[in-house]
Amino acid sequence: MIELDRVAYSYGGGELFSDVSLNLAPGSFQFLTGPSGAGKTTLLKLCYGELRATSGHVRLFGQNAREMGRDEVALARRKIGVVHQDCQFLDHLPVAENIALPLTVAGRAQEAGDYLEDLLRWVGLAHQAGQLPPELSGGERQRAALARAVIISPDVIIADEPTGNIDWEMSQRLLRLLIELNKMGKAVLIATHDMNLIRAAKTQVQSRVLRLNNRRLQAAGVDL
Amino acid sequence: MITAFGRFIAMLAGDPLADRSVPPTGYTARLTLFTSGAMAFLAVFALALSLATGRLADRWSAELARTSTLRISAPADQLDAQQAAAIKLLETTPGVASARALSAEEQQELLEPWFGPDIPIASLPIPRLIEIIEEGDGYDPTGLRARLQAEVPGAILDDHTRWREPLIDAAGRLRLLAVTAILLIAAAMGAMITLAAQAALSANAQVIRVMRLVGARDLYIAGAFVRRFTIRAFAGAAAGSIVGMLAVLLLPSTEVAGGFLTGLGFQGAGWFAPLCIPVLAAVVAFFATRAAALRTLRTQS
Repeated sequence: MIELDRVAYSYGGGELFSDVSLNLAPGSFQFLTGPSGAGKTTLLKLCYGELRATSGHVRLFGQNAREMGRDEVALARRKIGVVHQDCQFLDHLPVAENIALPLTVAGRAQEAGDYLEDLLRWVGLAHQAGQLPPELSGGERQRAALARAVIISPDVIIADEPTGNIDWEMSQRLLRLLIELNKMGKAVLIATHDMNLIRAAKTQVQSRVLRLNNRRLQAAGVDL
Repeated sequence: MITAFGRFIAMLAGDPLADRSVPPTGYTARLTLFTSGAMAFLAVFALALSLATGRLADRWSAELARTSTLRISAPADQLDAQQAAAIKLLETTPGVASARALSAEEQQELLEPWFGPDIPIASLPIPRLIEIIEEGDGYDPTGLRARLQAEVPGAILDDHTRWREPLIDAAGRLRLLAVTAILLIAAAMGAMITLAAQAALSANAQVIRVMRLVGARDLYIAGAFVRRFTIRAFAGAAAGSIVGMLAVLLLPSTEVAGGFLTGLGFQGAGWFAPLCIPVLAAVVAFFATRAAALRTLRTQS
């Protein structure tokens, strides 16, 4: 669904990484690790078309990202659910409307209905639906971001440090949600520093760990 | 054209949920309302000037075009004979409805403003004047001049062209100025709304980023801003137009002040003309905001 083939990305005159290949196939569950500043977030942005590779090929659902117009990228993003570290909500809209936003912009707001309520219950935010995002705790925001990422039933879920601001119990809950989605056939890519999260995931789902370090992406074990 | 109009309506109808995506921005809202209101107020006066000068040009043209004057300058003993010959000739000229020699009293009235009421008109070598009223398409001035030259050597035909043309030209220029003013007002309003829209877009960079993240297309994002600014411009211009029309309505009447300026106003169906101003403002706001939004979204990608 999303393929990176020998991709390089340069920023400010320096090469952040090069020769990176990655395939987000249906049902795959992958972790992306590496030191801060290695380019994990940049790599994720290449995966959902926010940035363009300096060289190499990025294919989003069969299309060459370099040749895609902004509208085509927008349509591709409707198949990708993104969970940001800082969540990124529209702070003036209630949580429920934020979660329904992908359906709204796709002109499918009427589909939200009961599904939205189920989703809010699923992520444990049924009682926070009418609150504004700044009123939520870190964990609640992460769960709301996950709900927003999945409401449109995307083929791929990309999460950038989804457990960065939450406690272990909440991390486990989020992980279970992601594993459930993966079992539905969604491809999952999680960028994280949290080795405990990776170890916990390995006991529940067949996953692959990739490490971005020294400008290269390598398959790694949990011990890395 | 139909497609463009369809897009205009579709974007205006839009999606109320999309509008909620953009937080209300008090500063740009007030700026747009005030600008479009003030511009509409000025546009009402420019429109009134345009319509008034149009009426003035038509009136001057009509009044002067249907009449002309024949002046007969000849020795005193030939004046009566030449006048009679001229009237006879004019009565048989196609396009002339009537020809009438001005009486001594009428000529005295014409000269009074310059020479006073006691002018001894009978003792002065004043030419005779014949007023010609035209009918249908009027007479052929070249042919008439040729016949007059042959039969009434002291006659000079004045068809008022040299008076009429500069007056109509002046009225036309005034009208052009008024139309130019309306266009400048529309352009200034477009510029102000563009700046306000750009300010709103810059202030909402994070909103745009989130909208894009969840798959919103540029037109969808732009639409939320475009609708908001179009509706604000329409509301502001409607208010400005109403105030402008009231101001025109309250101008002094012709009977009180007289003169050209008192003709500055709307007459009959002309009162409906200012209703176009809010619509024009909305169209200007629509295209100005759309262009600004799409340009900004392109640069932010």
